[in-house]
Amino acid sequence: MSAIRTSPGLLTAPAALFLIVFMLVPVGLMLYVSTLERGAFGGVNWGQHTAIAYEKLLFERDLAGQIAFNSDYIAIILRSFRLAAITTAVTLALGIPTALYMASLTPRRAALMLFLVTVPFWTNLLVRNFAWILILRNGGPLDSALATTGLVTPPLDILYTPLATGIGLTYSFLPFMILPIYVALERIDRRLIEAAFDLGADRWRVLSRVVLPLAAPGIAAGAILVFVPCLGAYVSPELLGGGKSLMIGNLIQAQFGASRNWPFGAALALVLVLVLLVSLALLASVKRRERLAS
Amino acid sequence: MNETRHPLRLPGTAVLSALAMLFLYVPIIVLVVLSFNASDMTTIWTGFSLHWYAQALGNDTMLIAIGNSLTVAAAATILATAAATSAALGIARSGGRVRTAVEGLLGLPLLIPEIVTAVALLMLFVLVGVRLGLMSVILAHTVFCIPFAYYPIRSRLAALDPALGEAASDLYAPAWRRFMRIELPLLAPGIFAGALLAFISSLGDFVITYFVAGPGATTLPVYIYGMIRTGITPEVNALSTLLLLASVVVVAIVFRSGTTPANQTRGDKNS
Repeated sequence: MSAIRTSPGLLTAPAALFLIVFMLVPVGLMLYVSTLERGAFGGVNWGQHTAIAYEKLLFERDLAGQIAFNSDYIAIILRSFRLAAITTAVTLALGIPTALYMASLTPRRAALMLFLVTVPFWTNLLVRNFAWILILRNGGPLDSALATTGLVTPPLDILYTPLATGIGLTYSFLPFMILPIYVALERIDRRLIEAAFDLGADRWRVLSRVVLPLAAPGIAAGAILVFVPCLGAYVSPELLGGGKSLMIGNLIQAQFGASRNWPFGAALALVLVLVLLVSLALLASVKRRERLAS
Repeated sequence: MNETRHPLRLPGTAVLSALAMLFLYVPIIVLVVLSFNASDMTTIWTGFSLHWYAQALGNDTMLIAIGNSLTVAAAATILATAAATSAALGIARSGGRVRTAVEGLLGLPLLIPEIVTAVALLMLFVLVGVRLGLMSVILAHTVFCIPFAYYPIRSRLAALDPALGEAASDLYAPAWRRFMRIELPLLAPGIFAGALLAFISSLGDFVITYFVAGPGATTLPVYIYGMIRTGITPEVNALSTLLLLASVVVVAIVFRSGTTPANQTRGDKNS
């Protein structure tokens, strides 16, 4: 059993092989399937390569074979981007102040708040979105609460709108924003902050010139941790959004479910992965600049 | 340092973080309160009752779903934790490119959007001929459980003094005994935390399960999804509250074990 000491390769092999077989290979397979011809009854025709899946993102063919521009899918992709961007902005606006506040607490209190932020993060995604159905539905607590203020007349009809999807997404991913920013703030050498104060900077200047730049990798990580899963979200738009706020995730699901168009579903999934890679490259460049600056 | 004069305490941060916490907890509170509602109507309060809990726990289909969830979570946790422990030990002993490559591979399931993993695995299973059922769900869950199990183990390992293992070897402990008597007991809290996180991730997963589960392999989240889609009954509130309780207990245990994200960062610094 000296393998444990002598061969790190053998120790990493089970996990590495598992992830190659069940992660890398399937993603590669997806790339391949997206270039194939769709089978007549679902599935694909092997060896029959075509770019139709990608063409379908922009164009449609009518029965006579004429190609015409089709903005339906582009609209869904743009909507996904818009909702993901808005969600990222809202979670940033809530997440940065919350993380700053947490970092200013005593260790005991900070630990308690860390726990409180983590609980919803580990709570079932379906349960969290379902809770919003309860709150947002007509006649629900929000309706009743706002009715008592007399400012609005119920029903509000928020449920099954893009706004409801946005609320669900913000709720689902807020902890993903708070946690990395808090961790980044924790890492900052407090002496740098004290030095800035000693040199006469006021709080806002310390924040904008010292704290936020040093926390930039955490902020960037949070933004990506929110933006990426939002873009591929399936549960929130499905449960809270209704037909008019479908996102890429729902479109992908539809291709593997009702539409039985694997190549198109695979092409959409790849578009999603591509966006992810670009975002990660951007994050890496932020980190590189960070390293050069220090 | 006087807390009210802390340099990071800016005007408005207290208010905004209170809002953020309110936002995070109001839905949970509403859900829990309504799960004890006596009424048939999901959102109208008529009195306290455990009726929906009794109803939920007396529902055979749901009990089967819970059984499936627990079977899958237990199997995926064991597989993922074993692979992650082994990988953590291996990675600690290797360097350079191998380390970067394997760590990149281990992080992959967290980076790829769930929906993409779900459809990619579905295609793989269908094309290779793996029957969609509990087995395919267990394999898929192991994939995304590996990183959850790995990170707490790695941070625990990073905090260990390598001299302890070396001392064991110097005293002629064979590698296996060194692992069983020295490394495993010292790593145990990290392994335990990793296993719990893997378990709760598996228990809670919906998207991937929804795609790769066959007709006989409905898990609790998939079952709840069906209930939500077909019309909300207050039974879902009770079930959701039970799931919530399970999450709170697990997260509390992980926090007490000291393998929190903040500690992990400290581990990173030392490594």
